[in-house]
Amino acid sequence: MTDEQSGAPQSASGDALPRPVLRKRRTNASLIWLVPVLAAIVGASLVVSSWLQAGPDITISFESAQGLAAGKTPVKYKDVVIGKVDKIRLSGDRSHVLVKVALEKSAKAFATTGTRYWVVRPRIGLGGVSGVDTLFSGAYIGADTGDSSAEEDEFKGLETPPAVTHGEPGKSYTLHADDLGSLDIGSPVYFRRIQVGRVVSYQLDKDGKGVSLAVFIDSPNDRFVDTDTRFWNASGVDVSLGANGLKLNAQSLATVLAGGLAFQDPNGPHDATPAADGASFRLFNDEATAMAPPDGEPHYIRMRFDQSLRGLAVGAPVEFLGMNFGHVVSVRMDYDEKTQRFPFIVGAVIYPERLGQANAKLVALARKNGDNADISHMVGKLVEHGLRAQARTGNLLTGQLYIALDFLPHAAKANYDPDARPLEIPTAPGSFDKLQEQMVDIVGKLDKIPFDQIGNHLNDSLASLDATLKQVNGETLPALNGTLGDARKTLGMANNTLSADSPLQQNLGSTLQEVQRTMRSLRVLTDYLGVHPESLLRGRQADPKPTEPKPAPANPNRSQP
Amino acid sequence: MSAPPRADELGLLGCHVCGQVCRAPGAGEGDAVPACPRCGSVLHRRKPAVYARTWALLIAAFLMYVPANVLPIMRTASLGDIDDNTIISGVVELWVKGSPGLAVIVFCASIVVPMLKFLALGTLLVTCRRGSNWARRQRAQLYRLVELIGYWSMLDVFVVALLTALVRFGFFSLVEPLPGVVFFGLTVVLTMFASMCFDPRLIWDGKEDSDD
Repeated sequence: MTDEQSGAPQSASGDALPRPVLRKRRTNASLIWLVPVLAAIVGASLVVSSWLQAGPDITISFESAQGLAAGKTPVKYKDVVIGKVDKIRLSGDRSHVLVKVALEKSAKAFATTGTRYWVVRPRIGLGGVSGVDTLFSGAYIGADTGDSSAEEDEFKGLETPPAVTHGEPGKSYTLHADDLGSLDIGSPVYFRRIQVGRVVSYQLDKDGKGVSLAVFIDSPNDRFVDTDTRFWNASGVDVSLGANGLKLNAQSLATVLAGGLAFQDPNGPHDATPAADGASFRLFNDEATAMAPPDGEPHYIRMRFDQSLRGLAVGAPVEFLGMNFGHVVSVRMDYDEKTQRFPFIVGAVIYPERLGQANAKLVALARKNGDNADISHMVGKLVEHGLRAQARTGNLLTGQLYIALDFLPHAAKANYDPDARPLEIPTAPGSFDKLQEQMVDIVGKLDKIPFDQIGNHLNDSLASLDATLKQVNGETLPALNGTLGDARKTLGMANNTLSADSPLQQNLGSTLQEVQRTMRSLRVLTDYLGVHPESLLRGRQADPKPTEPKPAPANPNRSQP
Repeated sequence: MSAPPRADELGLLGCHVCGQVCRAPGAGEGDAVPACPRCGSVLHRRKPAVYARTWALLIAAFLMYVPANVLPIMRTASLGDIDDNTIISGVVELWVKGSPGLAVIVFCASIVVPMLKFLALGTLLVTCRRGSNWARRQRAQLYRLVELIGYWSMLDVFVVALLTALVRFGFFSLVEPLPGVVFFGLTVVLTMFASMCFDPRLIWDGKEDSDD
């Protein structure tokens, strides 16, 4: 290896040249081979570590590869990258996309049955917004572990993120409802208006007669779910018009739009044992029904009405003395050959336990008396006391009917068979029907009144009145007009005559003055005559001299008579 | 024509550092190495262990070159969009995104030059070992070329270092170096060492008679 073979020292002319200093050799040249060895070790360690880190390869099928990029899109679990998309290709039938994912070694547990994968994209729904971070970073594949440890390398990707991640603390429950309403996966579940869970999945029951919903309640609020807890659908707005006025009730704006559930314990004593994981509950339509005491066993009854049942709808309430304890389930028409009429057969479901204490007491009493405590026999007793079913008008405006079970004091005796199935309750015409009959009577009587003749007479009278009025208008009134004109003229003349500067007034004034003068001279005359009555006979004497103050009046008085 | 006498043939040694010429020591000095009487640096007739060192460093460089190309060298993150690039993928990306000129530069600096160095040094080593006197002048030129371009091979490393230092805008834009660039830098350094270890005088140490 060493090339340092010293050449043969040859005698040279340059002996003046110095000789080199000799030192001890310090390093072995072959140590240089450590460098490539080191490099090889580093390289090998890289290879080994990458080989060790290489996890399983899995294939996930999605509906579309929107937002996914080969070699770039990460697979994340709890926001930790556990793998990367390696390749994206179409499936053989081109119906979906196959995404090949290289998982990391540490993520081996994710290549097991039950692991769920979905694409996280920005999602904007009524319930909220999710995946905003992917707006910039691009979509990624979310993963969630399963329970199984069986290895699996083919997965079907979910199109929407799962509502519950594996191992999340909390409990899931099953709710049974008649229909889904406006609920959806992810719809919130409220407890005292705080969101404590969400709807995880829903599916039709096997017989197609209902819907089963799975809800998940997060820990620690799952402890509020008791075996007696009532769930109800809190979607939309609850508007109730009561004695207190209009009341509007909604859980939250989100539930109004997107639907939601609520649950609560019933008031009063109840079983407070926490419900087990996976327990089943009934989902009520509204809070009122949910919080009502349990209905107990339903009983089917049948009623036969001989009247029109316009306005009686399926679902109409059945009330016992005003207490709602059932509802109509069917209204069918029948034909009675004997009477040739069309009676209605109304089927209804009643819940005697809704009557509460009354029912309990009745049952207890029947037992004590040794009677059959069966509902049909108890109803029989009540029928004997006049219990009848009536179709009554609940709302005069809309004409809605409901079925009332009431005691009628003068009810005709009815046949009741306690053993008949279904139970048939005798009926009585409704009060409104009676009213209707009376109204018909009144109308009939009204009908007999000769409105035609009365009308004709009235017409004639009106015609003659018309003629009279015409006469008055045409003749009397113009004449009256003339008269009034004359009267006005007269009055004007009178006015002229009486005015202050009229000649009549002047004449009258002077006349009165003349009269005054006349009266004065007359008085003088009478005075004179009083004094000189003789002057009547002798005539007037010459006047005495003014210097002789003789009583003048005596003279005329004496001279006059 | 006869070649001029070589220093070796005259029993002379030249100092690499100060140029002092002195007489070569005799064979009987055992393990001791000669040192320059003037400046004290070690004297060699030829660089010691040329083949071993050069080969070793060249092989090490080649071993480093593999991860340098396989591992990503740079991570660019802009607006959360994270992109890891290896040398080749970077070149391809530049080419595809409409910068063929840049792509060619990066390709030359990162791939052609290192490969050229491996080939050139390998050729030199093999031919010298065999004492071939084939194309001696051109081989000498080749060696000078290898020395020259050695400085420029660090282009990639500089680019990554510069970008990493300059592009630091947090969420909006970020450049991070990845392990590949370390291996690439090691490759470049090792090839430079390898070319330093090589003694070009070996080219002329071939058989005398077939001198061109």
